[in-house]
Amino acid sequence: MDNPVAERIKQDISDNDVVLFMKGTPVFPQCGFSATVVQVLSHLGVKFKGIDVLQDPGLRQGIKDFSNWPTVPQLYVKGEFVGGCDIIREMFQSGELQEHLSSAGVETQTAA
Amino acid sequence: MKTAERIEEKLTAALSPLRLTVVDDSHKHEGHSGWREGGGTHFRVEVVSELFDGKSRVDRQRMVYNLLADELSDTVHALQLKTLAPLEDTRR
Repeated sequence: MDNPVAERIKQDISDNDVVLFMKGTPVFPQCGFSATVVQVLSHLGVKFKGIDVLQDPGLRQGIKDFSNWPTVPQLYVKGEFVGGCDIIREMFQSGELQEHLSSAGVETQTAA
Repeated sequence: MKTAERIEEKLTAALSPLRLTVVDDSHKHEGHSGWREGGGTHFRVEVVSELFDGKSRVDRQRMVYNLLADELSDTVHALQLKTLAPLEDTRR
């Protein structure tokens, strides 16, 4: 427990099925890449927790170290790192994201 | 050397790409966080390499990020990546 930021990240990704570490909030994203991932998740009707890394410099660096991934946004599903903006967009376009979510047991609503 | 050239050089040396495009997109992000005068902050990279074969998207992008760790901790703020194995490359 010598790394409180990592402990908090672990807690967040185990308490919530889908967690997006992002810049800004789902309602007011502060970065185009974060906004893209929010749009994809909203389009799929996925409930997710958005965590604003800009509110906390320790988290902003901490999430990069935790995931071994140098950029934000970062999407976690069921405690597992799925990817950043480019990966999420590609997976959404190919249908893999929908598959990944449903095989993880996450509810989605296909937009009519 | 410009950052784009350095990125190109590093990726070429490490990945022996069949195709590599590095575009400085910084002007599109004018005024965004991380942006600064003169470019060199936002890049778009498309790279096709045999080394990506059989690797997950996350692993491929981690490879690229690791190769460019110095740039990312310096001026590069955003890196849009498309990492393809040769068979996935439809533009050849």
